[in-house]
Amino acid sequence: MSKVTFKFDGKKYKGKAGESLATALLRNEVLHFTDSAYRDRPRGVIGLGHEEPNALVYVDSGAGEPMIPATVVPVVEGLVARSLSGAGYLPDTRDHSRYDKKYKHVDVVVVGAGIAGLKAALENAKVGKDVVICDEQDRPGGHLVHLGQEVPAELLAVLNLPNVTYLPRTIVNGLYDQGYSVAIERRTDHETSKVSKQKARIRTWHFRAQQTILATGAYQRHLVFANNDLPGIMLSHSAATYVARDGVDVFKSAVVITVDNQGYRDAIRLHNAGVQVNAVVDCRQSASGPAVDAVRAAGIEILFGKTAIDACAKKKKGTVKCVNVGNLDGTESACIDADLVAVSGGWTPTVHLATYIGVKPKWAPELAAFVLPAATKWLSSVGMVAGDFGGDDSPAIFFGPAQTEEQALSAYVDFQRDATLRDVRRAIKAGMQSIEHVKRYTAIGTAHDQGKTSGTITMGLIGAALGKAPDEIGSLTFRSPFVGIPFAALAGRERGQVADPVRRTPIHALHEGAKAPMEDVGQWKRPWYFPNGKEKLHDAVLRECAAVREGVGVMDASTLGKIDIQGPDAAEFLDRIYTNMFSSLKVGASRYGFMCGVDGMVFDDGVTTRLGENHFLMTTTTGGAAKVLDWLEEWLYTEWPDLKVYCTSVTEHISTVAIVGPKSRNLIAKLSPTLDVSNEAFGFMENKYADVAGIPARIARISFSGELAYEINVEAWYGAHIWESVMREGKEFGITPYGTETMHVLRAEKGYVILGQDTDGTQTPMDLGMDWIVSKKKDFIGKRSFTRSDTARAGRHQLVGFMPVDGQVVIPEGAYVINAADAAKPAPVAHTGYVTSSYMSAALGRSFAMGMLANGAARHGEQVAIPFGGKVIMAQVTEPLFFDKENTRRDG
Amino acid sequence: MLNIPCPWCGPRDETEFHYGQEAGVAYPENRDEISDELWAKFVFYRANPKGWHAERWVHSAGCRRWFNVWRNTINHEFGESYKPFEPQPKSPA
Repeated sequence: MSKVTFKFDGKKYKGKAGESLATALLRNEVLHFTDSAYRDRPRGVIGLGHEEPNALVYVDSGAGEPMIPATVVPVVEGLVARSLSGAGYLPDTRDHSRYDKKYKHVDVVVVGAGIAGLKAALENAKVGKDVVICDEQDRPGGHLVHLGQEVPAELLAVLNLPNVTYLPRTIVNGLYDQGYSVAIERRTDHETSKVSKQKARIRTWHFRAQQTILATGAYQRHLVFANNDLPGIMLSHSAATYVARDGVDVFKSAVVITVDNQGYRDAIRLHNAGVQVNAVVDCRQSASGPAVDAVRAAGIEILFGKTAIDACAKKKKGTVKCVNVGNLDGTESACIDADLVAVSGGWTPTVHLATYIGVKPKWAPELAAFVLPAATKWLSSVGMVAGDFGGDDSPAIFFGPAQTEEQALSAYVDFQRDATLRDVRRAIKAGMQSIEHVKRYTAIGTAHDQGKTSGTITMGLIGAALGKAPDEIGSLTFRSPFVGIPFAALAGRERGQVADPVRRTPIHALHEGAKAPMEDVGQWKRPWYFPNGKEKLHDAVLRECAAVREGVGVMDASTLGKIDIQGPDAAEFLDRIYTNMFSSLKVGASRYGFMCGVDGMVFDDGVTTRLGENHFLMTTTTGGAAKVLDWLEEWLYTEWPDLKVYCTSVTEHISTVAIVGPKSRNLIAKLSPTLDVSNEAFGFMENKYADVAGIPARIARISFSGELAYEINVEAWYGAHIWESVMREGKEFGITPYGTETMHVLRAEKGYVILGQDTDGTQTPMDLGMDWIVSKKKDFIGKRSFTRSDTARAGRHQLVGFMPVDGQVVIPEGAYVINAADAAKPAPVAHTGYVTSSYMSAALGRSFAMGMLANGAARHGEQVAIPFGGKVIMAQVTEPLFFDKENTRRDG
Repeated sequence: MLNIPCPWCGPRDETEFHYGQEAGVAYPENRDEISDELWAKFVFYRANPKGWHAERWVHSAGCRRWFNVWRNTINHEFGESYKPFEPQPKSPA
């Protein structure tokens, strides 16, 4: 391994390329790594991988990393990192790395390339199955990698089979129903500290597998005794690996505290690497096995029936100086010097992925561990996670010695949350008995490591306190992700402009050219307003509104949803769908309609035109098109399959340019010289076919503003041409483009509702004062609900106008309305309605609003109060119609 | 993400579908005659079982057709899917 230079906490260090940052720092004698998040306790590395709770770092170099354990950060030339105290933070610079996604359907996903995982992969590969093996380490072997041992060649060969994909540095982070899993493959962090231009930094894999096999192994756990968090106290398997495999030679003497034979195995590794092991302290009364024999043969003292009670720190360094060893009840303790205390508290199988889909791990007392139960249809487990510990071991069910109240105060359970035995005791005293409650009371297991080392301990401690087995106090529920990952990895390439599909009308480029700010309407981009130079929204809208009311404006209405409905039963179908009659509509005419759900509540509206006897073009709200199409098809498929009707989405087939205002007739006459534009020949709600600016068009006299208006409908790709022609030919009439905001004000002045703004799915047509749109002659969806007691009752919330007493005040939309008599009372008072639309009107020369008011139709003229932001706005209730009440303007 | 068996297209990702409602809840024929209570049952009351549930889905971003399918609400396992007006297969339970 080549030597590299890296920086940690501002200081330069040498390390070996590819080893972990934790290894490199230990080698450089960085034992006191950071201070804990809540109690400023000095802390060092205790683990080997993602279970590490203490040694969190922020990575500055390359793409950066807000918070990651140093145990999984590969050391590369130029790496810059700094220690964190329990909590990370997001970098404020942009990440220029590339992130990719890959989707793969596969027969078998094996999680973990340890011996068990490789064996499972081989079995499946041999019978011809496509296998993917994901493994978090950079080489196969799992536990063998820690031991520095080679994987048997016949097992290693599986990785080269053509039907096997081996993904190193890949963590399966989520497992979901139906064999769906998501894995994160880190592809560049081990190669460079810079942002890679060629290679995606992280590839997120989405697997759909027939079989998922968990070979995730186990994490070692700690024991709970006073000052068990001192730097220099480590998990024994991690400590032995750092010393024996990586050659970390900063420890002169060690004491091993153990509950199983793993402690003996690690004692031998430490001993063989030259560390003086002063004692193996075993809480059991006896032990046997090859490792025990080896320890004896090496002349290492074994203390049975004893464990660590407390530990002391070196004055200056703060690292461990000695460990206080005594009986399990805390008596007869004495200190043994050691600068490494290696703790083997038993193994905790890595059951997390299975619990994500609701599998409950089961307690195996003979292993002192929660293991995964038998296989389900598509999920199975092998190796340690399945309870195959592969040894003759008999670990004690032991989580820590008896502790005094004072000792318990520094006997840590969850290092990252600084939660102690005392916290667990307090939780139990407060009446908590379930792990789920204690977890929430103490925050144990809620830090980024999700209790990988502390979960089982907590259950064991609660169980011990209540005299129950660990599985009698609940079961561990983990949640994905298994480890922290950058959001960018999940987003992949769907960032910035391509984060969400954007729908643009064919006229969009011209709107951008006019510097119109855009409003998002669903996925559509619609011009919000068209500023004159530096003009702001408020001024632009007043100007645009006035232009439409006095001259002529133009709006891009292409985004309205359009559904082409054809078939011999189309008219009958629409009669059933809409509250009003469409079979009586003449060919070439348009009608505004309401659709209700079966509950009688309005859910979409729009103008539908009869293009032929059996041919209609329905328009829907811009955001409602997909929902309405689903709705139409649902009725055709499930209730009325006898109706011969076909629905097709044609939203994007047609560009619609609306020219609106008293001078629109002059403009359409100029654009379409062959068209008879007289009111007699071309009346309101009629359609004509004629060339407009040389393009065949359907012109509709539809108005959403109360003004004389013409909608020019052309094949989509002529949209920009029509818009340009309108702008050019309209110059002499003062043509003014306007956006959605002006459209909203103009329609509100006429009291036209916008579904979804003025309604929320709890309004009948009658609530909106639109009884006229409800046919008495026919049945339609929702009709039956109009006679339900609640729908038919008097005093429902009804649409009204609100005129602020001070015409310069615009009431905030969404504000609640209260009775005037309650205005002076202290909060809370009951509300009687709410405001749904509110604007400043150029035509009225004042502000106005609409909204829903209890029994509103009968309260016109009444004063109400609108408390908002500490002030009270007084307003008068009016009918929801503010401008041109006689409808004199729509015919010009 | 669910993998939903469309009876026309085969299994596809959930993102292509929209959920409808419980399957097999018929629009009452005699709407004007039935009591408010019976009507309310149709409008508002739906089964919400823990376990197998017959549901109506639409393959919005695929064939755009509605269909029915058994789904286990505990673990999202899917049973047989069936077209409208096909007899409902037995619950996989």
